[in-house]
Amino acid sequence: MSVVVGEKIGAAAVQQGPRRHCLDLDDYSAEEIEHVLNTAEAMQEILARPVKKAPGLRGKMVVNCFYESSTRTRVSFEVAAKNLSADVVNFSAGGSSVEKGESLIDTAKTLVALGANVIIIRHSMAGAPHVVARNTGAAVINAGDGRHAHPSQALLDLYTMRARIGRLSGLKVAIVGDALHSRVARSNVHGLTRMGAEVILCGPATLLPVKLQLPGMRFEHDLDAIIGEVDVVMPLRIQKERAEGGLIPSLREYRQRWGLTAARMARMRPDALIMHPGPMNPGVEIDPEVAVAPQSVIESQVTNGVAIRMALLYLLAGVAM
Amino acid sequence: MSPEDVRRALTRISHEIIEHNRGVRNLVLVGMRTRGIPLARRLAERLDEFEGVQVPVGELDITLYRDDIGMRSVQPLVGSTVIPVDVSGKTIVLVDDVLFTGRSVRAALDALIDYGRPKAIQLAVLIDRGHRELPIRPDYVGKNVPTSIEENVAVLLRETDGADGVEIRS
Repeated sequence: MSVVVGEKIGAAAVQQGPRRHCLDLDDYSAEEIEHVLNTAEAMQEILARPVKKAPGLRGKMVVNCFYESSTRTRVSFEVAAKNLSADVVNFSAGGSSVEKGESLIDTAKTLVALGANVIIIRHSMAGAPHVVARNTGAAVINAGDGRHAHPSQALLDLYTMRARIGRLSGLKVAIVGDALHSRVARSNVHGLTRMGAEVILCGPATLLPVKLQLPGMRFEHDLDAIIGEVDVVMPLRIQKERAEGGLIPSLREYRQRWGLTAARMARMRPDALIMHPGPMNPGVEIDPEVAVAPQSVIESQVTNGVAIRMALLYLLAGVAM
Repeated sequence: MSPEDVRRALTRISHEIIEHNRGVRNLVLVGMRTRGIPLARRLAERLDEFEGVQVPVGELDITLYRDDIGMRSVQPLVGSTVIPVDVSGKTIVLVDDVLFTGRSVRAALDALIDYGRPKAIQLAVLIDRGHRELPIRPDYVGKNVPTSIEENVAVLLRETDGADGVEIRS
């Protein structure tokens, strides 16, 4: 089930007829992405109401199935489902029959037998959501699988850029850091290039997914060469293991060459946005004062995530089976 | 109905709204997407003309409140809702183009109540074509049009369709 990084897992093969699953953005057309973003805009209005609840998914059961730790994604999906009046069940591998050796497929089938209409799954193995989608009747949303994809995060990033800048087409977006191990970077590359934006993956050669080649994207090693020309800078979290594993010399040197420091921020265009998928390593890939600068939209990314996930749930869970 | 008929019906409804509510104090017009919105705006223009008061106009999308949600293979598009004022304590005039089964109005009532506790909700429609499936009745009607259940009533408005008019299509 493990998949070589850069290889296509084939979400398209799982989908037939009207869309049932959100597994990655590689099988979403530009129109479909646009439709999700427009639906999220309507959902955003619900979040501004005194009673943040609409009955759109009444009677539907949404299961949060997390085999990996998560704060914002799990809570965001839970809040989104509750805002649409769905019943939410949280399942985590620890303390479940997974510890007795139950397989992923059997666990998923059990959840469907218990009434799950939607399974939101995060798993350390790339392709795990696809396996669940193929083997159960539930709608499946990928909440992050291995290094492969994190479509709801990419959609909320697209939504945030469109809301702030007014368009996606023609934008120049720099994703900085460990794109090789990042499912967020991968899904953003698919989504952004599909919408006509240009993506620059910037970082040390050891951390760039050189097998990923799509029209509209390119690699760059020197952050200082591009910092002044981009519309969006998105640093990715640097894990300490990367330095220990020899992929980067040290966290200090990483910060010097690729960290979004106050000095680099000063060289950005004044209207450029600073984004971060979280969780942050302040002082490594982004300086603390940069994260709270006026150009930073990191907090709205989190809020927008709820609206995007409401849109995904509505579009996937509401349809007749 | 000709463009003139539509104009006269809206003018009469505006007078009825003023008469019934003894003025327009505390009134909010809420148009139901799609064609209820331009109708609500036109009523607001007349209320301003007759009473010299600008009545707030809201826009309501009922997609998430429909009772047939999840019964289709593709989800209908969710439109935006804009309620410009706190509805609590206000008299709301809900505006739609055609009143048919009453299910849209039922959904609209649920949606409105999520925004607060209005003092009262009244219903204004350009066309009442009958065939109610729920105990709902309009307060203001442009024209009663008896129809067979197979027929379609098409309300055309210049804002959305280029010209005003009402047609029965079978």
